[in-house]
Amino acid sequence: MSANLEALKDLGAYIVAKFGDEIDGHELINGQLVVTVGPQNLLKLCKFLRDDAQCLFQQVSDICGVDYPDREKRFEVVYNLLSFKHNLRCRVKVNADEDTAVPSVVKIWPAANWFEREVWDMYGVFFADHPDLRRILTDYGFDGHPQRRDFPLTGYVEVRYDDEQRRVVYEPVRLTQEFRSFDFMSPWEGMTPTLPGDEKAEAQKEGDKA
Amino acid sequence: MSVAETHGKSYSGTSQDPTIKTLTMNFGPQHPAAHGVLRMVMEMDGEVVERLDPHIGLLHRGTEKLIEYKTYLQAIPYFDRLDYVAPMAQEHAFVLATEKLLGIQPPIRGQYMRVLFDEISRILNHLLNVPAYAMDVGAMTPMLWAFEEREKLMEFYEGVCGARLHAAFYRVGGVHQDMPADMAAKIEEWADGFPKFIDDMESLLTENRIFKQRSVDIGIISPEDAMAWGMSGPVIRGSGIPWDLRKSQPYDVYDKMDFDIPVGKNGDCYSRYLVRVEEMRQSLKIVKQCLAEMPAGPVLSTDSKVAPPRRGDMKKSMEALIHHFKLYTEGFHVPEGETYTAVEAPKGEFGVYLVSDGSNKPYRCKIRAPGFAHLQAMDYVCKGHMLADSVAILGGFDVVFGEIDR
Repeated sequence: MSANLEALKDLGAYIVAKFGDEIDGHELINGQLVVTVGPQNLLKLCKFLRDDAQCLFQQVSDICGVDYPDREKRFEVVYNLLSFKHNLRCRVKVNADEDTAVPSVVKIWPAANWFEREVWDMYGVFFADHPDLRRILTDYGFDGHPQRRDFPLTGYVEVRYDDEQRRVVYEPVRLTQEFRSFDFMSPWEGMTPTLPGDEKAEAQKEGDKA
Repeated sequence: MSVAETHGKSYSGTSQDPTIKTLTMNFGPQHPAAHGVLRMVMEMDGEVVERLDPHIGLLHRGTEKLIEYKTYLQAIPYFDRLDYVAPMAQEHAFVLATEKLLGIQPPIRGQYMRVLFDEISRILNHLLNVPAYAMDVGAMTPMLWAFEEREKLMEFYEGVCGARLHAAFYRVGGVHQDMPADMAAKIEEWADGFPKFIDDMESLLTENRIFKQRSVDIGIISPEDAMAWGMSGPVIRGSGIPWDLRKSQPYDVYDKMDFDIPVGKNGDCYSRYLVRVEEMRQSLKIVKQCLAEMPAGPVLSTDSKVAPPRRGDMKKSMEALIHHFKLYTEGFHVPEGETYTAVEAPKGEFGVYLVSDGSNKPYRCKIRAPGFAHLQAMDYVCKGHMLADSVAILGGFDVVFGEIDR
């Protein structure tokens, strides 16, 4: 394991030496190398990571999106790469938002095709020059990007088979019980100035005054 | 099957030739050879596939989204429902990822238990895939035989966790329960008799003329293409790359196990079949080693901030009762961080990219399913093959839609 860590440290230094300012940073998180790069330099970095003799990341294991609504560029596209030759993994991250297009890496790794389609489907990150950027997992004619943090868990529509119309119909979601999400945070650890439930009493007082 | 005709460029004729048209054909989503709910739109030139467009997502349940709203413990059962043919191997990836973020190690016996049941899952998976593949190319009997063997293995599942299929057996920090007292002997007894079954099944298939005609030189994948298309597991090994995460990036006690990695020569469907059969024999070796070497001791971490107390302690100790309550309501908090952890599931590299924000629920849990990468190569592999071969290729890829659609 420690030999692996050394190799990743060397690799990180090597990439920084080659790219300098063109990458935004690199770090080791939980014993895994993470390189952050801007969309404009992504293709150059990926090509280098695939072809350079010290990297040879010939497979992209996975591409996925992560949503951080508080950030200026809310989406992070994460590429998990695997090098068979050196038995190493590397992670490349690109920040994006609804309006920035991330260049597609399908030309570098054909396997990226469906992974990028999934990110587009789930988050709405646009990939430039993708050969076939259609939705992949959601229904035909689906609206919205369900993995975004602001997309409700229950969704907006539900389907059922309508006996009279003899077809499947879409209707707005109707919940028999309101969706409840508990955070289970202990008041001893995450105390907020107002205790949960107090806001009702405050509102009552306000009402009494008025 | 619905059929629509379109004009297009043809293999045999030129695009100007008005008499030759390609045919667009719909395959699935309800078709016995589709291995679940796969819809493929095929452009055919006679019986030759020119273009193939798989439509997936018909079994999409939003697992990743649901996990974001569950505690780490509550997320584990979702992994059984991904690849429901070999449930425990999936759980392993998730608990390993969580353990990595927490920085804990399960006790040795717990690690042995996980490896033991990983390998039982592997046999369980190949026992379904190999005969299902044989049925795709026309052999009926292996399926009937293998299901009897699968039933025996599912009894072991049932013995440790009470469920035949959806086990929810692995926990962060080990496994939930130790085996019942006579379980090891039962597994041992089964393991002694199982090679006979593999021999019997092979006698039906391996040298069978029809089986070979349908699988040799069908769907050849070169090693370079296998790497570029993101393949893993038996598919990449069938193409001649000796790559197995159990050897190259060992987790739990796989580094103590003595087993070989079978590698195919031609990268065709027949190689993939042979690799799977040999993997069953190797898994059996690991099962026997686990049983022989497994030390006594706890199977679940004794760190009471992560693993619940044993039932007996709860009856006597107030502290244990409090821990139990806290762990089953709030759950444990995982420090901020992220990891990509992959295991060698029976179908290939099953990875979990887990991001934690320090709370008791995963911030993001991306599931990397091996079948997803395999299926997207269908168009590339099937081009120029006959329609019936596309079914054989699909069977050789070992796709299960629980994990592809998630």
